[in-house]
Amino acid sequence: MTVAQVIVTAVGVAAIAWVLWYFLFSRGRPVMAALADGVQEVHVTVKGGYTPDTIVVQAGRPVRLQFYRDETDDCSERIVFERLGIDKALPAFQTTTVEFTAPAAGEVPFRCGMNMLKGMLVVEPAPARE
Amino acid sequence: MSKTRLVLPIEGMHCAGCVDTVQHALAVTRGVSSASVNLATEKATVEFDDALTSAADLVKAVRDAGYRGDTTSVSFAVEDLHYAASVTGLEQALARLPGVIHASANQATEFVTVDYVPGAVASADFERAVGETGFRLAAPIDAADPLERERAARAREIRVLSQKFTVGAIATALAMIGSMLLETAHRSDVAHGLDFLGRLLMPVAEPLRAAFPLAPAWVKGALALITLPVLTWSGRQFFVGAWSGFRHRTADMNTLIAVGTGAAYLYSLAATLVPGMFSRAGLPADVYYEAAAAIITLILLGRLLEARAKGRTSEAIHRLAALRPQIAHRVRAGQIVDVEAASLTPGDLVVVKPGERIPVDGVVTEGQSPVDESMLTGEPMPVTKRLGDEAIGGTVNATGSLTLRATRVGNDSTLAQIVQLVEHAQASKAPIQGLADRVASVFVPVVIALAIAAFVIWFDFGPAPALVFATVALVSVLVIACPCALGLATPTALLVGTGKAAEHGILIRGGEALEMLSRVRTVLLDKTGTLTEGRPSVTEIVPVAARDEVLRLAASVEQRSEHPLGGAIVAAARAEDIELRSVDGFTVLEGRGVRGTVDRQVIEVVSLAYARERKIALGPLDADAERLAAAGKTTVVVVAGTAARGLIAISDPVKSTSRQAVAYLKERGFEVAMVSGDSRASAAAVAQEVGIDRVHAEILPSGKAALVRELQQDGRRVAMVGDGINDAPALAQADVGIAIGSGTDIAVEASDVTLIRGDLRGVVVAVDLARRTMSTIRQNLFWAFIYNILGIPIAAGILYPVLGVLLSPVIASAAMAWSSLSVVLNSLTLRRFKPAWGA
Repeated sequence: MTVAQVIVTAVGVAAIAWVLWYFLFSRGRPVMAALADGVQEVHVTVKGGYTPDTIVVQAGRPVRLQFYRDETDDCSERIVFERLGIDKALPAFQTTTVEFTAPAAGEVPFRCGMNMLKGMLVVEPAPARE
Repeated sequence: MSKTRLVLPIEGMHCAGCVDTVQHALAVTRGVSSASVNLATEKATVEFDDALTSAADLVKAVRDAGYRGDTTSVSFAVEDLHYAASVTGLEQALARLPGVIHASANQATEFVTVDYVPGAVASADFERAVGETGFRLAAPIDAADPLERERAARAREIRVLSQKFTVGAIATALAMIGSMLLETAHRSDVAHGLDFLGRLLMPVAEPLRAAFPLAPAWVKGALALITLPVLTWSGRQFFVGAWSGFRHRTADMNTLIAVGTGAAYLYSLAATLVPGMFSRAGLPADVYYEAAAAIITLILLGRLLEARAKGRTSEAIHRLAALRPQIAHRVRAGQIVDVEAASLTPGDLVVVKPGERIPVDGVVTEGQSPVDESMLTGEPMPVTKRLGDEAIGGTVNATGSLTLRATRVGNDSTLAQIVQLVEHAQASKAPIQGLADRVASVFVPVVIALAIAAFVIWFDFGPAPALVFATVALVSVLVIACPCALGLATPTALLVGTGKAAEHGILIRGGEALEMLSRVRTVLLDKTGTLTEGRPSVTEIVPVAARDEVLRLAASVEQRSEHPLGGAIVAAARAEDIELRSVDGFTVLEGRGVRGTVDRQVIEVVSLAYARERKIALGPLDADAERLAAAGKTTVVVVAGTAARGLIAISDPVKSTSRQAVAYLKERGFEVAMVSGDSRASAAAVAQEVGIDRVHAEILPSGKAALVRELQQDGRRVAMVGDGINDAPALAQADVGIAIGSGTDIAVEASDVTLIRGDLRGVVVAVDLARRTMSTIRQNLFWAFIYNILGIPIAAGILYPVLGVLLSPVIASAAMAWSSLSVVLNSLTLRRFKPAWGA
């Protein structure tokens, strides 16, 4: 094996590992839902993906997600929260509201209709109140 | 000073006091000369000077008073807004229209959004205002109609794609000619061997080179420049999409195309700018500009054809939505005024002239006319609408003039509900899609990983020049992989299948219902209202002497009765134009019949059992009575004084198409059974008439669900067909519940499938379509999977050790474009579906 081959092989293997990790396993900076009138609200921009794609909410409280779809790409046409039974159309250049009560603590993935774009709703246990 | 009149819908008024508040608030607004508020219609009529005040001020006044002035908004695309120097003029022109509250134009999206008072301003006004400011609408405006907007967006997409494709095609053609100048003289034999097109064009290349003896370095530079717009403009969407996907940690089609063509272009650019580096490494300084341009052009062509084909997949729903008429002739205080159909409220009276589309769901208050409902029900025969009948918005009034009182408007209307239901179904998923979804979610990253692996393997083990082969394999793998075909396989077929079903008056709830329907083997049919008309009618009259006299006497007494059997007798008499006599002393003999005095004669219409109990001699009628009872028909005896004058047999007639429907179902191998709450005799009679051998009679509504469960426990997949109300539990229990409708009420809640028309053959159409759609989906998925499973290894060069073949990236991209197009085209074949009887 030449030096070039060794280098190419090493870089290639590293690139494969990185691609798989980056696209399949890494996750964006989590965003805490802002509390307004007792509702945890987050605005999400849909354009080639979800920004933010990791949303932190508290268990048992109402959640309102405002999805603004800033593109016409077919991929992002629907928003699906499979575990919550939510499957909604997102008209292009419009804000679509998705409301539900946060389930018990855990992770609730959401995705586009074709399962290409992905996001994660991280449900944290509600802090003891009062 | 010009006076303007505006009708403003107001929400939140509950009492007369509210009316005063709103009225006052409006009256004191500057420029308002009169304001009157109607609580019943929830509308304010305001006259004002439009130089002093505007609709926005009025809405604000209402809002300040604590109520909501109902406003609506519309968005529409305006051509080339992107390049306009200023949008202020456009916004102002729109805002100046009476009834417009606010207008804003977005240059980035080329969309204009206008808030306005519903009914006060029409889409034609917007169109005019846009035109007057020198702009052009990208597509006709349809207020708040997402379908229309989607159509406009699609039209724009097609236009933009064609432009990009044209530029790409021209540049690619030039680049190919240019690269021919480089052939043989400076291109290595290996790379040449890979170039399929180059080999084909060999005879042209020689004379071309002789004609233009240019230095290779110049040709390469020119190629880099010619193909640059293809990457940066035509293919811009792929790079932008890939980048925005990358930032979101998602990889899709765009990523594959961008990385593939980007790699080819950059490799070529390096070979052009620093050829010395390549020659020092013993590599030919070959360029692949034409490949990068051709890939993008071919994929654009695929997208272009796909966008056109996709437009056709949702044609059915567009046709349905287009049924909604825009204008209605509203009658108010004796005046007929044309208003936008969308502004009608329940209770409004509208006139429908011959040949016009009925604008809303309503009840006929005047007139009589045949109405063509085929567009909703698939029923070709017009239905005559008379006083009190319900007419459906979107159907066509044929010959007479009708006045209707609007009952359901806007989103409550039958048409809107059908559209919503179909749209929902089209957007839903079939469970079969699950596998494709799981694959799609990891597809692109895995393909990128495979492409890198192919690169490394070629580099390490491939023949020299290894870098060339490795790059070709990398690019080919990236561009041949097609997750789109996987993603499109189910939705396009569902779109066409459910749309086609709607055309035949069949509403399918979604992909899951469709998939289940295609797997059902047992069909359980309710008797009353499903196989039969659901309305009892006189089927036979057996007189002792005069037939008409028997019917006249019976109907004269029964005209006072509210019993359905009585109604059937009266209807029969009316149908034969038999004049009824007046009746005195009408009495209901509970559960036995009725009695009254007609022509000073006591007439009774009683059940056979009661007649026998009373020991009324039937004489010659006795044999007929036995025969009718045995046939399961309800028989009444007409008695004058103490003498039986005749028998009237009443039964619920079987629908004319039921027998054919059952035959078709049996022909398709279904196990067909009937369920009924009626007596065994009457159930058996109907079963025999339609050709069903399995009968479950005397079963209560709750028992029907239990029966379905029993059948399911035996391992059968059951479709239950019944009316949506009485049979709801059984419909819900069945694997597929098919509700058979009566036109207006779409009993969608309990059912998976709704037949708008009462024709039982709809079940056959639904089953056939479900099976066709599912097999189309399976074909699509099969090809999409097979294509990728075979295509990726071939592109990676798996055939090279055996056959010495490595796919050219250009061929790979053509294959990719074709694979997703072929899925869409295969789904479109569903449009050719016709019912078995060819209606």
